[in-house]
Amino acid sequence: MRASPRAIAVGAGLVALALVPLAASALNQPFYLDHFRRIMIFALAALSLDLILGYGGMVSFGHAAYLGIGAYAVGILTHHGVHNGFVQWGVAIAASALVALGIGAVSIRTSGVYFIMITLAFTQMLYYLGISIAQYGGDDGMRLAARSQFGGLVDLRDGVTFYYLVLAVLVLCLLLSHRFVNARFGMVVRAARSNEARARAIGFWPYRYKLGAFVIAGAMCGVAGALLVNHTEYLTPEFMHWTRSGEIMFMVILGGMGTLAGPIVGAVVLLLLEDVLSGWTVHWQIILGPFLVLVVLFAKRGLFGLLPRPSSHG
Amino acid sequence: MLVLEQALNGLQYGVMLFLMAAGLTLVFGIMNLVNLAHGSLYMVGAYLATTFYAWTGSFLLAVVLALLGTLGVGVLVELIALRTLYERDHLDQVLATFGLILFFNELIAIVWGRAALYTSVPVWLSGHVLVLPGVQYPVYRALIIGVGLLVAALLWALVTRTRVGMLIRAGASNRAMVGALGVNIRLLYTLVFGLGAALAGLAGLLAGPIYAVQPGMGEQILIPVFVVIVIGGIGSIRGAFVGAVVVGMVDTLGRAFLKPLLATVLRPSAAESAGPALASMLMYLLMAAVLAFRPQGLFPTGR
Repeated sequence: MRASPRAIAVGAGLVALALVPLAASALNQPFYLDHFRRIMIFALAALSLDLILGYGGMVSFGHAAYLGIGAYAVGILTHHGVHNGFVQWGVAIAASALVALGIGAVSIRTSGVYFIMITLAFTQMLYYLGISIAQYGGDDGMRLAARSQFGGLVDLRDGVTFYYLVLAVLVLCLLLSHRFVNARFGMVVRAARSNEARARAIGFWPYRYKLGAFVIAGAMCGVAGALLVNHTEYLTPEFMHWTRSGEIMFMVILGGMGTLAGPIVGAVVLLLLEDVLSGWTVHWQIILGPFLVLVVLFAKRGLFGLLPRPSSHG
Repeated sequence: MLVLEQALNGLQYGVMLFLMAAGLTLVFGIMNLVNLAHGSLYMVGAYLATTFYAWTGSFLLAVVLALLGTLGVGVLVELIALRTLYERDHLDQVLATFGLILFFNELIAIVWGRAALYTSVPVWLSGHVLVLPGVQYPVYRALIIGVGLLVAALLWALVTRTRVGMLIRAGASNRAMVGALGVNIRLLYTLVFGLGAALAGLAGLLAGPIYAVQPGMGEQILIPVFVVIVIGGIGSIRGAFVGAVVVGMVDTLGRAFLKPLLATVLRPSAAESAGPALASMLMYLLMAAVLAFRPQGLFPTGR
């Protein structure tokens, strides 16, 4: 069997990500280690959004909410002296899944533009909730006293170890997502996307499946949130700011929605681009904004979408 | 009497939301366009009015110039960017107009800087007016309420009593048919968009003297406006009006009275933290409650 161009690109990309720490230390640029760790965390968030956006056709404009819930779960537990990473991350996953269940249950009853506005509004609600809870830093946010501790198993205080942990989580979620979209459950979600009436006609109840996908995506993004707060060592409601949701969505489109590697490509390209632009001028958003418009108008399939599809389904 | 004053504040916030929501809901109803950059027009209106007022020293002249300016910017944006988006799906529209927001916020920051501008109400509007014996209310805020209600009445008359309004209603229910009957649909689009832009500019210039004028101010009002539209039903001006007043009231009264109200049942320290948190979430909870019973909003337009 010959590997498709896409499979080769994914493999090469992951190998390149695995080599970043070596390159960073060889070039004596520890900054890159930090930077690519952040990129991979956002790649994970974008991947989770793509499950519902690209495969489920649900235009959620509030995905940053789960990033925030995951981060707040870890931050609040740390604040109260619970440093065990297994507990923290377990709570982060459970909490973001639960919030996704609540938001999804209301939002998925609607569709189209209602869905976009409602997901945005709910995330804004959580953002204001974060701002108004003074006990956990409120508007200013608060420092994370220590990174999650895994009882000597992995030590997140070591930058390189943390980097490889993030990479491992990303690869794991990539594999899980691959299983998900090709499983019966994922097939129903994709069927509901292309024609909900037909999916219903052959005996499925799309609402349940869409809600299931919404919860899975929320939980996965919650993991990204737990990683993010460990990365920044700072908890702030800014994680849930609505522009963050837009940014994550743009990563998915830029890379190519409805492909698993697309969101990762999008995260890498967008965050590196932001880096380059902000090096040029403090007003880099005046370039990024029109760039975004142009991508939407002329390159809708995304960068990864430019590579030819494998001949079988993919 | 504090209740009455806060209720008036709620009404004032409500008509402000209505000015924004009316344009947005019209644009959506007729062009099927989700325009996140609507808040940017509000911001442009506020900045232009503030600047023209500082230059000319005449509030009325500044109002006229800012309205014309915002109208011009709106029509320009429609011609350059939005026109190609009408046929696209909502995802494309959301992302492209999100890009426009980034552009406008940064452009404003380049021209005027990131710090908030403050402008004052002109002297002849700075007094208080007696609404009830013993109840004073700022003239400027009363003026906003008056202007908002007047615009609502004019819009109602425009949509239900004129030929243009008839075309707008026809366009909202079946665009293709209106085009087939020989109406210049492009012109109608530009007209409606310009109307929406002018309304957003009006809201922005009225907001200037009472809120901080700063980059990003558009999004602070845009998201409550979405809540208004979702509650009212997308595409319905009547829904936008009802939704705007309800959201304005709930939000303002919640912020003013939820904390003292909670303090009667909770410990003071608990009320101190729960009050503001709950108040800021109130309108979203209201939206969720409305949607749970009526997923298409209070006045569905069948879309």
